[in-house]
Amino acid sequence: MSTTALRRQAPIVDFAPATPAAPAAAQPPGDSVHGLAIDVQGLRKSFGANPVLNGIDLHVAAGQFVAIVGRSGSGKSTLLRLLLGLEQPSAGTFSFADGAERIDNLRVARVMFQEPRLLPWASVIANVEVGLGADRKTAGSGDRALATLAAVELEEKRNAWPAVLSGGQKQRVSLARALVSRPRVLALDEPLGALDALTRISMQRLLERMWLDQGFTALLVTHDVAEAVTLADRVIVIDDGAIALDIRIELPRPRQRGSADVAALEGRILDKLFAGAESP
Amino acid sequence: MNLRPFPEWRQTRFTRRLTRSFTHWLVPLLIILVWQVAVSSGRLSTRILPAPTDVVEAGWRLLKSGELQRNMWVSFWRAMVGFAIGGSIGFAFGLANGLSRRSEAVFDSTLQMVRNIPHLALIPLVILWFGIDETAKIFLVALGVFFPIYINTQHGIRSVDPQLVEMGRIYGMTPWELFWRVILQGALPSIFVGVRFGLGIMWLTLIVAETIAASSGIGYMAMQAREFLLLDVVVLSILIYALLGKAADSAARLLERVCLAWHPAFQEP
Ligand SMILES: Nc1ncnc2c1ncn2[C@@H]1O[C@H](COP(=O)(O)OP(=O)(O)OP(=O)(O)O)[C@@H](O)[C@H]1O
Ligand SMILES: [Mg+2]
Repeated sequence: MSTTALRRQAPIVDFAPATPAAPAAAQPPGDSVHGLAIDVQGLRKSFGANPVLNGIDLHVAAGQFVAIVGRSGSGKSTLLRLLLGLEQPSAGTFSFADGAERIDNLRVARVMFQEPRLLPWASVIANVEVGLGADRKTAGSGDRALATLAAVELEEKRNAWPAVLSGGQKQRVSLARALVSRPRVLALDEPLGALDALTRISMQRLLERMWLDQGFTALLVTHDVAEAVTLADRVIVIDDGAIALDIRIELPRPRQRGSADVAALEGRILDKLFAGAESP
Repeated sequence: MNLRPFPEWRQTRFTRRLTRSFTHWLVPLLIILVWQVAVSSGRLSTRILPAPTDVVEAGWRLLKSGELQRNMWVSFWRAMVGFAIGGSIGFAFGLANGLSRRSEAVFDSTLQMVRNIPHLALIPLVILWFGIDETAKIFLVALGVFFPIYINTQHGIRSVDPQLVEMGRIYGMTPWELFWRVILQGALPSIFVGVRFGLGIMWLTLIVAETIAASSGIGYMAMQAREFLLLDVVVLSILIYALLGKAADSAARLLERVCLAWHPAFQEP
């Protein structure tokens, strides 16, 4: 079976867990939430005369998992890049907050891209250590890097060069690098877009597990509506530079891909996306 | 037919390397053999080409008199000093113009203009400036080596994946870390291409400069021998140049293999 065939069937491919369920963590984790709340007000961005975001208002609760979907070129990546401080907004503001305390340091956020962006000349473990930033030289940081690598099940590859890893393994290293510093916000820009369907599903499980474990606030940009519905607490559709739909997904976790509830929500979101595509 | 009678014997890394290096030398050895036979049998006149044994004999003679070592050392020293000077300046300009658009705007077009002058065309001028002493040869070698290293360093730095640089910034690398861990490493494969080109130009320049304007060195030894019709010494000089060139290239390749061990092209199978 070719990977394209698998990819097309992605929404219905699933491996039912042998044991009924992992610990039922239907609610976002922990009592003291590690993630930060995000408050976005009237955020606008234009490149030259080309407006991309026309006023985004959004409040993300601490530790929430938000999926952002939208047609290609609708400004999803731009929104993430603004929140990471990689672009300057044309107007509007955003802030991170821990309870009532405002956090200005953008270092609390980490990002994972569609490309793994590993340093080809550094070993797997050295790449994970890049995620520690200036803490790299402090005591115990090596153990932390190794533990994170173990969490993504790549401990035995720690001394390998990235060139010898598969696409999915590279993305796991990239995830370990993003999570080794225990970020309070994790932005993901189509991190699984380039993977085949099977690898993608196991990566989704891994991502969910890490999120339940660490309790960061997650912002996931994806083209795969089924992925958005299976992973997120909340799905946002961006169209024409504004939020066109904002729905909460209150299904219990772990969620079954292809179950009736998931399919119904998926249908609603797809309808919205197609409606946007047809009205110019 | 079974071509591998001792499979387990053949598999060790040492024997595999041995076989490989023997394969490399097979054709040169064959050529020397044919050459020797052609001269000994009288088919090839010794006025055109001396026999390999005569060349070895000439080498032995010059070795005993100390002339060979002295001239080889002088040539080697000129090559290395010229390479070090030209290479460092080329590398420095390559870094500056690769990293800074402003530096590039100021220097690049001038350097590109100078590049279009073949450096060997400057020999008469260089002789007028420096006479035939060391400075003249070192100047020419440095000039020849400068351009390949400059261009490839600049190109290497420019072609570093901007996504990696962005990643470094997001992960809070300092400018120095960004340079050392991302930009320089990314430029290294291209810098090595420049080094190997530079080494080729280095020997070529030195050969020309030493045969035209020198009072010592391998090239000078060859020109002296030509005056006295010592064909064996002339051939010996040519072979020594070839060996020195090969040695320099092998050293560069070895260094490349160590520094670029991560590169898919250098991964051991
Ligand atoms: N640096 C830039 N300079 C100019 N225009 C840009 C820049 N970055 C993005 N754009 C424009 O902004 C618009 C939105 O881009 P963005 O990358 O945010 O889309 P996207 O929703 O992430 O699309 P995709 O799903 O294809 O990744 C596009 O029209 C794009 O051309
Ligand atoms: Mg995008």
